[in-house]
Amino acid sequence: MTSGSGGGSGGTRPTIDDAELQRFAALAADWWDPKGKFRPLHQIGPVRLEFVRDRLKEHFKLDGRGIKALAGLSVLDIGCGGGLICEPLARMGAKVTGIEPKEANIKAAIAHAKPQGLDIDYRAATVEDLVAAGETFDAVVCLEVVEHVPDVAAFLKSCAAAAKPDGIMVLSTINRTLKSFALAIVGAEYVLRWLPVGTHQWDRFITPQELERHVAAAGMRLGPAKGMVYNPLRDSWSLSSDTDVNYLAAATR
Amino acid sequence: MEAIGIWPHIADQAQPVKRIEITDSGLDAGIRPVLLAWDNDLHEIEGTSTAAHIVPLPRLNAALETAAASERSIAIVRPAAARSFSVGEFSADIELEGGDTIAAPLAVAADGRNSILRQASGIKTVGWPYEQIGIATTIEHELDHGGIAVQHFLPAGPFAILPLPGRKSCVTWTESAAEGHRIMLLDDNAFLEELDLRFGGKLGRLKLAGSRKAWPLSVHLARAYIANRLALVGDAAHGVHPIAGQGLNLAFRDVAAMTEVIADATRTGLDIGSSAVLERYERWRRFDSMLAAGAFDALNAFFSQENRLLRSAREVGLQLVDRFPALKRTFITEAAGLTGELPKLLKGELP
Repeated sequence: MTSGSGGGSGGTRPTIDDAELQRFAALAADWWDPKGKFRPLHQIGPVRLEFVRDRLKEHFKLDGRGIKALAGLSVLDIGCGGGLICEPLARMGAKVTGIEPKEANIKAAIAHAKPQGLDIDYRAATVEDLVAAGETFDAVVCLEVVEHVPDVAAFLKSCAAAAKPDGIMVLSTINRTLKSFALAIVGAEYVLRWLPVGTHQWDRFITPQELERHVAAAGMRLGPAKGMVYNPLRDSWSLSSDTDVNYLAAATR
Repeated sequence: MEAIGIWPHIADQAQPVKRIEITDSGLDAGIRPVLLAWDNDLHEIEGTSTAAHIVPLPRLNAALETAAASERSIAIVRPAAARSFSVGEFSADIELEGGDTIAAPLAVAADGRNSILRQASGIKTVGWPYEQIGIATTIEHELDHGGIAVQHFLPAGPFAILPLPGRKSCVTWTESAAEGHRIMLLDDNAFLEELDLRFGGKLGRLKLAGSRKAWPLSVHLARAYIANRLALVGDAAHGVHPIAGQGLNLAFRDVAAMTEVIADATRTGLDIGSSAVLERYERWRRFDSMLAAGAFDALNAFFSQENRLLRSAREVGLQLVDRFPALKRTFITEAAGLTGELPKLLKGELP
C-alpha cells in the first residue's frame, strides 16, 4: 500500500490561472448544485461513498473510525466529472487522481477543489492514457460510467490494468431490467426530470452477470453486488439487497 | 449523558423522578384530587430505569465544561461574543467583538432565543408572547418528597414541583403577567405565602432555599433551521412553552441529531457545511420540534382556562388517560423525549 506511481505522464494536467478559475467556477457551481442538473449524483453520493469507503477499508484492512479512514491509499477516479467523488475521498485521506476526457470538467473540478485547499491530481485523460504510461493505483473507482461506454469489455480491461496487483476496483452502474427502464429512464428522465431526456440508453445498461463476466475477462473477480434504492418519503437513498436498478460492486484479483 | 461520559460526574446530584402526579383544581379547592399519576418506570424502554432525573443546572454545566476542556479537538474561546457573521463559498466566518475572526466549514448557532447568528443570516421567526410569566425558585420542605414530581394545573397556568436531592424541590410556575409581577415584587415572606397557597401542602412547612427568577413566556419557531453553512440548535431554533419542561430535551435532540449528521458526513468525506448535509439535519429536527411547540402551546391553552365545562372535560380526559396503560405510556415516553426517530446519542450510543 504505497502511494500511486505518482508523477505519471498519462494525460494533460491543465494549469489554471485566476481568470480561468473564475470562468470555470460557473461550471463548477453547476456540478456542485445539489438541486441542479446533477441532483441524482448528489443524492446517491453518501451511499456510494459509504460503499467505496467500506470496501477499501475491508480490502486493505484499515480500521480507522476517524476522519482519515483512507489515509495512505492512492485512488484513481475514472470519469470524475466535477469532482463529486474525488473531494470526499481526498478528505478521507486518500491520495486522489481524477480523470475525465472533457477538459472543461477538469478545470471546473480544479476550480472547486483549489479554494478548499484539497490536493487532488486532476487530469484531462482517459484510463487508456494512464495505462499506456504504466501508472497504477491501490484502488480504481469508476462510478456511473460503464453504462455510457461503447465497448465495456475493453474499457474494463483498461480499468483493471490501472489497479495494482493487490488492488481493488469499485464499480457502480444501472441494471438492465424492466424496473430500471421504468425508474431510471421513464421516472428519472421523463417524469421527475432529474436528468435530461436521453441521458441514458436502456440497451447500454449492464446486468450484474454481464459485469461479472467482463470483470472476469479482465482478470478480476467481482464481489457481491449491493443495490441503491430511493425512499421517496425520506427523499434519500440507502444500500439494499435489491440490485434491480442502481447497483455497486467491488472487484479484486 | 452516559454515552459522552458525563453521567458519573452528575449522578450523585441527580434526583430520579419516581412518580409523576397531575392535579387540576381551582386555587380555593380544599383538596386537590390526583387525577393522573404514573410510576415513572421505563424498564422496557430504551434500557433506562427511570424516565427522568432532575439535575441542578450548575452541576450539569460544570461537568460539561470539564469534559469539553479535556477534549483535545475542542478549542474554547472565552470570553467571546459574535459581532457579525458572514458566509463565503467554503467557509462560515464569525467576527468576534475585539476583531478576531473564526472560520469553519459550518457554524452551529446555539446562541439562544435572540440568536445573533440567526438574525445575521436573515432567518425569520414566527411566534407570539403569552400573557404569562414564568417564576422559578428552590425550596426546602419539612417532609421527604419521595421522588414524586407534581404538576398542578392551576387556573393561571401550570405549577410544577420537581424533586431535588434531599428535602429540596425546584418550583416553577406560570402566572398571568400582572399577577406574576405583583408576586415578584413581594418580600420573601409574602412570596413564600403565595407559593404555599399554590403548593398543595403535602410536604409540611416550606422555606425558600434559593433566589427567585422570573421571565416572560413566549413561543417562537425559526422559519428555517439551516442557512448557508449555518445550523440552528436549541432556543436559537425554537422556544416552547415550559409547560412540559421540554426546552432542554428538544435542545438535546437537536444536538444529538446534529452530531450524528456531522459524524456521518465526516466519515464519508462530505463537506459538513454543504446544503445536502444540513438538509438532513433540518428534515430530522424540524417536524419534531414544530409538533412539540404546537402541542405544548395547545396544552397550555387548554389547561389555563378557568371554565367549568373545560375543567370537567379535562377531568374526564385525564381520568381516561389514567385508565389506559398504553396511552399513559405514550405520555411518559413523550415527557421523557423518547419519541420520533431517535439520534444515537439519545439511545446512549456514540454516533
